[in-house]
Amino acid sequence: MLAKRIIPCLDVKNGRNVRGVKFSADIDAGDPVELATRYDAEGADELVFYDITASSDGRGIVMDLVQQVSERVFIPLCVGGGIRTYEDVRAILKGGADKVSINSAAVLTPEIITRSAESFGSQCIVAAIDALRRPHDGNGTPGWEIYINGGRKATGIDALEWMEELVMRGAGELVLNSIDADGTRDGYDLELNRAVAERVDVPLVASGGAGTTEHIYQVLTEGQASAALAASIFHFEDYSIPEVKTYLSDRGVTVRHYTP
Amino acid sequence: MIAIADYGMGNLRSVEKAFQFLGHEAFITDDPQRARDASHLVLPGDAAFGDAMRNLRTAGWDTAIEDHVSTGRPFLGICVGLQLMFATSEEMGQHTGLDLFAGRCRRFPAAERVPQIGWNQISVQQPCAILDGIEEGSFFYFVHSYYVEADKAEESVAVTDYGLTYTSIAARDNVFGVQFHPEKSQKVGLRLLANFAALN
Repeated sequence: MLAKRIIPCLDVKNGRNVRGVKFSADIDAGDPVELATRYDAEGADELVFYDITASSDGRGIVMDLVQQVSERVFIPLCVGGGIRTYEDVRAILKGGADKVSINSAAVLTPEIITRSAESFGSQCIVAAIDALRRPHDGNGTPGWEIYINGGRKATGIDALEWMEELVMRGAGELVLNSIDADGTRDGYDLELNRAVAERVDVPLVASGGAGTTEHIYQVLTEGQASAALAASIFHFEDYSIPEVKTYLSDRGVTVRHYTP
Repeated sequence: MIAIADYGMGNLRSVEKAFQFLGHEAFITDDPQRARDASHLVLPGDAAFGDAMRNLRTAGWDTAIEDHVSTGRPFLGICVGLQLMFATSEEMGQHTGLDLFAGRCRRFPAAERVPQIGWNQISVQQPCAILDGIEEGSFFYFVHSYYVEADKAEESVAVTDYGLTYTSIAARDNVFGVQFHPEKSQKVGLRLLANFAALN
């Protein structure tokens, strides 16, 4: 049976792993290569490197890290942050990443998804979104709006419609980051995940808000997510990956247990 | 020496790195002539079946693979590499493959999320040299929208469930194909590649 995935995310700035709260203040959380190696030994199902400097210098640093990690770590590696062009996508895949996560660039130039998926295959094109809740409309239906530039700029685009378009353009997987929940450790936005799960058929990765093992359990069951991405709870060793996986399998969720 | 066929498709470096990590000499080449003397040949792949087959034929990989296999040297197809080893595919039109295995490549039914992305288990149907030391039910990393339907039960070495039960490892003599990515499947994946590299 297909296992639910646990994906630690490393937010990299100037070669260090940092973690923001609601997209702002950064806290130093260690050396990314060391962390990646630790997560691999603990049985992470995949690793995401997120370049939060999002400059050409930052890209070079992140790709060096991916190079170093990929010499010894044999799980899928995804790189995101600051991707602007098709050439960026090509360079990242050539540099040793298995997947590229595209966010703002897809909003600004949607063809980047279409063209990248055609050239490299949907399996390596991950579309990520940052969504903020809208006030409920008259019918009490929740809604979400797409934000870009690290959650700073509103676009007026409806998140659910946008997700459908991303899939139609060839995104093989979607990462749903809730701005409301990000860094709060109060739990994922379950409603957002469920709403998207009902609209599209590709795998969904929930992101933003994990504080406890129960939150991860909720988003993988009620939230219908295929994978849970988390940063803080792993970096600061609140929980280890095996602890999360044991919690999940004790409650009937299929996960992959790993012994190095 | 392990040759990895480069026909313009997929992340080949990770396959090379995995063999090198295991202490084997491996090299990537886009020239079938350079692979002629290789003891082992690996066909990776991540792209659409039709494009992949066209690129293989244009570069002459189809005959190079045939020659390699006919001399009994070990051959391994990975992901789309496995799919190409089958006779036909219905991915975006009808295509003919390398025809090393009888059967076809089909799209997953809509009941499940497609592509399948993540770690799934294999259920071993036949003993197989590349599975030495690998436990029944081991998890491997899969990424695919199409699956293979093997016509000969004896060539279906392991199966996996995703909405339906399909062949995840096909093998005959020294010819092997795996639907998952062993180079991305941590310890069990490396074990499978080590088993393959140890064949002669």
